[in-house]
Amino acid sequence: MKIFIMPPNSLILFDLVERFGHEPLSLMGELRERVTSNEIEAPPLNVSSDDVKLGLKYAGIEVPSGIRGRLAVYGPLIDQAEAAIFMEDAPYSFGCVGCQRTNELAKLLIRKRRVPVLSLDYPENEDQAKDMVFKIKEFLEGLR
Amino acid sequence: MIKIAQLSCGTEYSGVQPEIENAAETVGAKMVYPDVNMESIDKAVKEFGFNPNSAQLKLMIARAVELAENNYDADAIFIATCFRCAEAALVRTELRKYVQQHTRLPVVTYSFTERTKAAQLLTRMEALVTIVERKELLARERQVGLTAGLDSGSSTTKAVIMRDNVIIGKYWLPTTDVFSSAETALTKALEEAGVKQEQLEALGTTGYGRFTLGKKFQAKLVQEELTVNSKGAVWLADRQKGEATIIDIGGMDNKAITVRDGIPDNFTMGGICAGASGRFLELTAKRLKVEITELGELADRGNPGKVKMNSYCSIFGIQDLVTSLAAGNTLEDVASAACHSVAEQIYEQQLQEIEVRQPIIQVGGTSLISGLVTAMEHTLGQRPIVPKDSQYIGAVGAALLSSGLLG
Repeated sequence: MKIFIMPPNSLILFDLVERFGHEPLSLMGELRERVTSNEIEAPPLNVSSDDVKLGLKYAGIEVPSGIRGRLAVYGPLIDQAEAAIFMEDAPYSFGCVGCQRTNELAKLLIRKRRVPVLSLDYPENEDQAKDMVFKIKEFLEGLR
Repeated sequence: MIKIAQLSCGTEYSGVQPEIENAAETVGAKMVYPDVNMESIDKAVKEFGFNPNSAQLKLMIARAVELAENNYDADAIFIATCFRCAEAALVRTELRKYVQQHTRLPVVTYSFTERTKAAQLLTRMEALVTIVERKELLARERQVGLTAGLDSGSSTTKAVIMRDNVIIGKYWLPTTDVFSSAETALTKALEEAGVKQEQLEALGTTGYGRFTLGKKFQAKLVQEELTVNSKGAVWLADRQKGEATIIDIGGMDNKAITVRDGIPDNFTMGGICAGASGRFLELTAKRLKVEITELGELADRGNPGKVKMNSYCSIFGIQDLVTSLAAGNTLEDVASAACHSVAEQIYEQQLQEIEVRQPIIQVGGTSLISGLVTAMEHTLGQRPIVPKDSQYIGAVGAALLSSGLLG
């Protein structure tokens, strides 16, 4: 199944989803597509002002352009998601798209799709980390 | 090459980062991004004292702290965040105050949308570069020799002839064709001064048509209006030393500039909403069937409290005006409300982005509309200084600064 991860660029969540036999929907893949395309020239992320207009599908014109631009990139991933894993209060080294408002909106958009969601607290010690991996395993295996 | 440190959030995902870099490159500068350690971000946020939720804003703060602690070398600072983001607006404003308190680097703040293009940023970037590169020139307080200044604005073209720190000729007219307007203004100013164009030792151009006119008149100085107008304003108001705030409400855009010893250190430039421009007052005068020169006096006799008018858009503003007239309000009250509408929007859009310093000098053609000066007084709680010849700031600044380039 296609699993949306939050933060959408978390390498740890990406790896765990893949290990347990599902397809992670990640920001890295989307951005790789953009930066390797020869037709776009808006470095470093190759998000153009036209992309920002695509974000209007997810947020109205009164929403700041940075939020619409982010959603233009990973909104389509939300549309494809069959389940999601949210890591709450994760430090930015765990994965980060910079804008907390976008994160909140992305979570809302996922919840509105009524797909299964696993919401986790960021682990503070080794035991909690093991517990986190166990919960992710259990969640993903339960999706089959 | 001038290094402009970028402290920003959302520029990449808004698709405007290339526009920012293009604008900087066009004026011979490059954007730089202070290096920050992951570990230093939390420390910097703690030191700054405001902890935003968004990580990119935390990074902005950490970069500002690096600049404040002299750990990173830059010549100027550009602070930009998404338009309409409340969290970012708080950080942008407080960060601007922080860097001004801790550094002597010139700062410009900007809130962008995905529509922001390099051309809109050009004047701001050019001004930052001028402040850094031409600090000595900007420090010049006296005009020497025989020089001319041409200010090709969106509404009017102004020319000034100066000799040994005295204005000896001046002329202004509405801008039609950039060339012919400038030629007429210069010819008339030269006539008043009683000198010939060949006698001029230097000529400076500023305003929207500066590049075109600079080429045509082989100008010694071709410079954006933010720094030139500041210089002209402090010269005309005789406030060359110390601090001041300059408010220049132009035909198409508005500028609010803070200066220290005549050199700008922070400025904002509006231009998105015509409801806060001189153009709106022109439309008002036209609808009230009075000359623009009579509008100020008419407004001074009115009571702005009787009419509700505060639109960001000049078209909707005029709709308010028509409705007010239809409701039986007097021309005086409506004129006064129009002036107050402009003043309030200057306060909301421009003056919130800078630290207002005393004295306040109001300049530009609109400063001749006394009703607008009164409206600024009501909004700010203090009457701005309007120097003599306040509409000639750009031309005076250009004549003064070009004299600094004489060999």
